[in-house]
Amino acid sequence: MRLTDEEQAMLGGDFGPARKWAMEHMLQVGRFFDAEDLVPVSQVHMMADTESLGEAGVAFVEEFAKLPPAERRVRVPMITDPRGTDFRRYKALKQTDAMVQLERRAVEAFEALGILMTDTCINYQTIMPPVRGEHLAYGDTGVVIYCNSVLGAYSNFEGGPSALAAGLTGRTPRYGLHLDENRKGTCRFRALCHPESLSDWGALGAIVGRAAGSYWDVPVIEGIISPPSSDEMKHMGAAMASFGSVPLFHMVGVTPEATTLEACCEPESLPCTEIGEQDIADFYGSYGGKGDKVDVVVFAAPQLSLVEMSRVADLLDGKTVHPKTSLLVATSPQVAADAGRMGLIARIEASGAMVLEGMCFYNSYAREMGEANGWKRLLSNSVKLVNIIGGYGYQPALANMEDCVASAVAGEIL
Amino acid sequence: MGQKTLRCHVGVGPKVAGEALVADDNFSARYDLDRIKGIFSRPQHKLAGQSYVGKVLVVNTAKGGVASAWMLHEMAARGLAPKAILFNRVNPILAQGGALADMALCDRFEDGDVTRLIATGDRVTVDPENGLVTVEAKA
Repeated sequence: MRLTDEEQAMLGGDFGPARKWAMEHMLQVGRFFDAEDLVPVSQVHMMADTESLGEAGVAFVEEFAKLPPAERRVRVPMITDPRGTDFRRYKALKQTDAMVQLERRAVEAFEALGILMTDTCINYQTIMPPVRGEHLAYGDTGVVIYCNSVLGAYSNFEGGPSALAAGLTGRTPRYGLHLDENRKGTCRFRALCHPESLSDWGALGAIVGRAAGSYWDVPVIEGIISPPSSDEMKHMGAAMASFGSVPLFHMVGVTPEATTLEACCEPESLPCTEIGEQDIADFYGSYGGKGDKVDVVVFAAPQLSLVEMSRVADLLDGKTVHPKTSLLVATSPQVAADAGRMGLIARIEASGAMVLEGMCFYNSYAREMGEANGWKRLLSNSVKLVNIIGGYGYQPALANMEDCVASAVAGEIL
Repeated sequence: MGQKTLRCHVGVGPKVAGEALVADDNFSARYDLDRIKGIFSRPQHKLAGQSYVGKVLVVNTAKGGVASAWMLHEMAARGLAPKAILFNRVNPILAQGGALADMALCDRFEDGDVTRLIATGDRVTVDPENGLVTVEAKA
C-alpha cells in the first residue's frame, strides 16, 4: 500500500505504540481487500459495548489509555454506539455488578482516548449527520447503511478495532464503498405496495437484504411512491443490513445517488424481483406467536427517535402494562434528555414500561437478562431485533408498534 | 484419500492446521453462537448444537453486524474460538476481527465453492500469508 510520510512515521512508531498498532491493523485489512492507500476520514463511530469487547477487549483498550495524552488521543471526532447497560437501570434489568463494572472500565478507557461517549446508533438523527461524499469510519451496520444510502456518505462497516484504528490515525483503508465503482446497483427490486408501519418498512428491508445476500451487493429499490421518513428509512436499512450484511442501497427518485434508475445501475442487465403485500404478510407470518403469552415487548434496534418516543407515549396513555409482561423502550441519551424534558418518559413509565437510555437490547447481555428475568417470548416492531435475538435463546415475534403496545397490555400476542 | 491444495486470496492471521467443520450457511459471532459454551446456538443454523472450538470453520459468507470484530478477539482470549475461518466471500467485519484476534481467515477461492471443496472432518492446513489451503480428506 502507498503510505504518506506521516503514515509511514506512525507505522514506524514515531507517534507511539497505539498509532503504530492502528497502522499495522489497517495494513492487514487493506491488504486483505486490495486497498492501494488510506483515505482520510472526518468522523468515526465505534461499537463499544462490553458484551462484544469482553474482558480481553477492555484490557486491550486500557493499555492504550495508559499512554501519554499525545500518544493516545484520537485525531478526528469519534463517537460510540449504545452501551451494554443503562447504569441507572441495570438492577431492574437483573444485569450483574460484574457487567456494570466492566462497562465502567471501558467507559473510562475510551474517555481517556478522547472518545465522546454518545452511546447511540441513531447519530445520523441526533448528533451530526454526515454530508454527501464525506468519507467516514462508522460502526453499527444500521448507521452505515443509512449514511451511505440516504445521505450519500462513504463508509464501510468498521468493526470496533478498525474504528479505533481509524480514530487514532484519522484514516481508513480505501476499499469497498470508498470507491465509486463499488457503489453501483447489482440487483433490482420493485415494491408493489407502499409499506405503512415502521415494521412494514423493516420487513421490506429484510426481504431485500436476504435476497441480495452479501456485503458486496447493492440493491436498487423501485416503485416507492413517496419518500419514506427518516424513521422508516432507519428501520428498513437496519433490517436490510441485518438480514443481508448489506451496507448500501439505492431507492430510485429518493436517495442521492439514484436520481434515476440509470444513474445508479445498468438496468437492462439486472432482472427485477417484485415484492408485494403477500410477501410482507408472509414475512410477519414466519414468526407466528399469535395467542402466546408474551414475556417481554421491546422497542429498540435502532434506538427510538423523539418522534417514536412520542408515539409510544401516546399509545400508552391511560394504559397499564400486564403484570407478567415487561415493556422496554430504548433510546439515546440525547433523545432521552428531550423526552424527559417534554414529559414523554414520565408518560411512558406511568404505564409500568421502562425507558432505557444509552443502551439497546441485543448488545446488552440479552441472554443473561433473558435467563434472569424468565424472558423467552419476545415481541418487537424491530425486524432487526427479531432477526438477531433467536441466537440468544428467545422466541421472537414481529408486530407493528400499535399491536406491540396492545399485546404488552394484554399480556399475550394479539 | 488424496491431498489437494486450494488457492485463495491473501488472508490474515497465522498458519494453522485443524479439522474442518463445514456448512453451506453463513456466519455471525453475535447471531449464531453461544460464545460461553462454544457452540452454534441459533436454531436455524445448519451447525446448531455443534462445537466450533479449535475447528477450521468453513462457511459461505459473513452476515449481520459489526460485533464479530471484537468478539473473535474475546473468544480467542478465552480459548473458545475456531482455529481458522474460511469463507467464499467475507465482509470487512470478519476480516478486521481476524486481524485483531490473530486468527487465520481467508476467502475468494479460485476453484469454486469452498463449502463443497472441503468436507467436515477433513484435515486442513491454512496458510493466509500465501493464500494456500491444503486439504487431506478424512479417512
